[in-house]
Amino acid sequence: MDFSAVVRVALRALGRNKMRTVLTMLGIIIGVGAVICTVAIGEGASNQIQESLRNLGDNIVFVSAGSVSHGGVHWGNSATKTLLLSDAIAIQQQVPLIIRVSPGVGASAQVVYGNQNWYTRLRGAGPAYFDIRRWPVQEGSVFTQHDVDSAADVCLIGLTVVQNLFGDENPLGKTIRVQSIPFRIIGVLASKGQSPFGQDEDDTLIVPFSTVQKKIAGISWINFIMCSASSQETIKPAQNQIAALLRERHHLRPDEEDDFMVSSPSDLAETQAQSGRIMTLLLASIASVSLLVGGIGIMNIMLVSVTERTKEIGVRMAVGATESDVQMQFLSEALVLSLLGGSVGVLGGVGGSLAVSSMLNWPTQVPPEAIGIAVLFSAGVGIFFGYYPARKAARLDPIEALRYE
Amino acid sequence: MPEEVLQSQLDIEKSPPSAAVVIHVENIHKTYDLGEVQVHALRGVSLSIERGEFVAIMGASGSGKSTFMNLVGCLDRPTRGRYMLDGNDVSKLSKQELAGIRNHKIGFVFQGFNLLARTSAVENVELPLIYSGVPHQQRVERAREALKSVGLEGRDAHHPSQLSGGQQQRVAVARALVNHPAILLADEPTGNLDSRTSVEIMEVFQRLNEERNLTILLVTHEADIAAYAKRVVVFRDGKVRRDTPVEGRLDAAEEFKRLPTLENEDDEEENA
Repeated sequence: MDFSAVVRVALRALGRNKMRTVLTMLGIIIGVGAVICTVAIGEGASNQIQESLRNLGDNIVFVSAGSVSHGGVHWGNSATKTLLLSDAIAIQQQVPLIIRVSPGVGASAQVVYGNQNWYTRLRGAGPAYFDIRRWPVQEGSVFTQHDVDSAADVCLIGLTVVQNLFGDENPLGKTIRVQSIPFRIIGVLASKGQSPFGQDEDDTLIVPFSTVQKKIAGISWINFIMCSASSQETIKPAQNQIAALLRERHHLRPDEEDDFMVSSPSDLAETQAQSGRIMTLLLASIASVSLLVGGIGIMNIMLVSVTERTKEIGVRMAVGATESDVQMQFLSEALVLSLLGGSVGVLGGVGGSLAVSSMLNWPTQVPPEAIGIAVLFSAGVGIFFGYYPARKAARLDPIEALRYE
Repeated sequence: MPEEVLQSQLDIEKSPPSAAVVIHVENIHKTYDLGEVQVHALRGVSLSIERGEFVAIMGASGSGKSTFMNLVGCLDRPTRGRYMLDGNDVSKLSKQELAGIRNHKIGFVFQGFNLLARTSAVENVELPLIYSGVPHQQRVERAREALKSVGLEGRDAHHPSQLSGGQQQRVAVARALVNHPAILLADEPTGNLDSRTSVEIMEVFQRLNEERNLTILLVTHEADIAAYAKRVVVFRDGKVRRDTPVEGRLDAAEEFKRLPTLENEDDEEENA
C-alpha cells in the first residue's frame, strides 16, 4: 500500500464525517494555537527587555558614590565625596575587562534660551559617555577630551529640551544659559526614548564633567563612573574587579562597608527576563495541557471510529489488507487529524499573536522554531494517541469483523 | 511435529493434486477451544474442486459449511489437515501471508454486499488493488473494466446508496474479480435479494463461470439457487454428507426471461 493511497484513504475517511473531524481537531487547534500565542508574547516581552537593555548602553557597569552612614544616619547615594576622577582613571588603567570609562557628575538646572526656560537634568560626562550609552548625535558632534581639559562651555542637547526651548528653530550653534553661564550647543542628541525606569532620556543636557564640577556645582569629586565592559560575559567579573580596586584605593578595612556601589542594568534586565521566561513557561505548559486533552479527544474518536468501522476493517482484511495495512490506515488518520489540527493551530496562533500585537499593543514575536516544534509535537500526539486504536483495529479477527453488525 | 511432516509427505505421495485442481483439502479438522468445551466444527473434510467448477455448498446452520468457507477463503487456518490452493499449501501460512493469498487468489462476495458506504463504485472495486500495490491510474482502469464486466458501465461514480441491491451485489462481484482470483467465494450472495434480482446475480455467476472458466463456490440455503450450480456439496455435523452433480441445472438467463416483469425493482429492494 503506497503512501499516497494511505493518505488518500485517510482523507476520505475523515471527509466522510466532517463535523466530527473538525471538532476532534479543535482540541489540537486550540492547544497549538494557545502554545504559539503564549510563546510569541513571552518572546516579544523578552525581546523588549533585550532591546531596552541594548538601548541603555554597551555592557554598562555603573559605579556610583555609595551611601555612607555617619552616626547611624544613612545618607543617600552620591552623597559622599570619596569618588574621585582618579578612581575613574584607575579603573581605566587597571581593569582590563573595562574598555571605556566616563566620569560623571549630575545636577539639575534651569536652562534658558531667549524668553524660554526649561528645568532639566544636567549631566557632566566624559567623551566616552556617548559610546558607552550607545547614544549617537543627530546633528553636530560630541565634545572632546580637550573640551574636558579646558572645562569648555559646550553642551549637547536632548530632543525634549530642544522642543521646549527652540520649537522648530535649529538649536545647533545657539547659546543657552545655565545659571547665567552661556553654553554653546555643539550637538543635538538622537532620540533615545524612555529608559526602562520610565524616565524620558531625551530630557537632558550633557556637558563636560569638568565644567559642571568647576562652574556649576563647585565640587572636586564626581558622582558616578560609567563604564563599558568588553562583553556581556565580562560584566560580572569586571564589577568584582572594580569593587576590589576601589576598596583598596579608598583604604577600606575588611569590616567597613563600601562607600560606593557597583551595579549593572543587565542585573535588573536579567531578573526581568528570568521572571518573564518562567511566566512564559508556566503559561505554555498550561496551554500544552489542552494539547494533551486534544490528543485524548483524537484517541476517543479513533476508538469510536474503529468500532463503527469494524465491518469495513473486516472487508479490507478479506480483500487482502494485512494487519500492518490496517494499522497504518488508522494511524495515518490520527496523524492527519493531529497534523491538520496542528497546522491550523499554528495559523491561529500566529494570527492570535498578531491580533494581540495590534489590539493590546504588546510586542509579540513567533519564534520560527516554535512553529516547527508545535507541528512535530502535534504529529507526536497523533502517533501516541492513534497507536492504541490502530493496534486495536489491526488485531481484529477478519471473520469476527465481517460478522459484526 | 515429525509425525505431521511424515503425514504430509504421505499425503503428497498418495494424491498429488493435478494441475487442474484449484482447491484440494485433505482431512481437515477445525476445533474451537472454548475453554471447558471443544467444538469440533469440521471433523475431517476432504474435497477437490477443479478449475471451472461451480459448486454450491449447502447445509443447515452448525453443519460446518461456514467454517469450511472461512478456511477455503484463507480467513482462518485448519487445526489439522492440508489445504492446497492453486498448487500451494496454504494451511501453514502466517497471517500476513494469508492476507496476500486472499488478495491475489480469492474473491469474496458476501450476503450483505459489504461495500464501503459513501464511497463510489470504482473506489469500492479498486480496494483489493490498493493492497496489491497497483498504481492509482491502473487501479481505476481495472476497476472500470471489472464494473463493465458485471454490466455496470457508467455507474462508476455512484455510491452504494444510489444503487439497487442487485447493482450493489454486482459491484461486490466486480470487486471480487478485479484482481483476477483463482476462485470466487460467495457466501449467501442472494440472501438479501428478492427472487428476481437473485436470478439476475446467478446469471452473472453463470456467465463468468462459462466465459472465463471461473471457479465458483457458493454457499446457499436455498435449493433453487443451488440449482444454478454444477455440483452440490452438502455438509452435516462437520462432514461432507453428499457430493453430487446437479441434475436438471437451471439456466439463469432463461429463467430471467420467464420471470414476470411487472414488479418494479426499485420498490421492493432494500439496501443493506
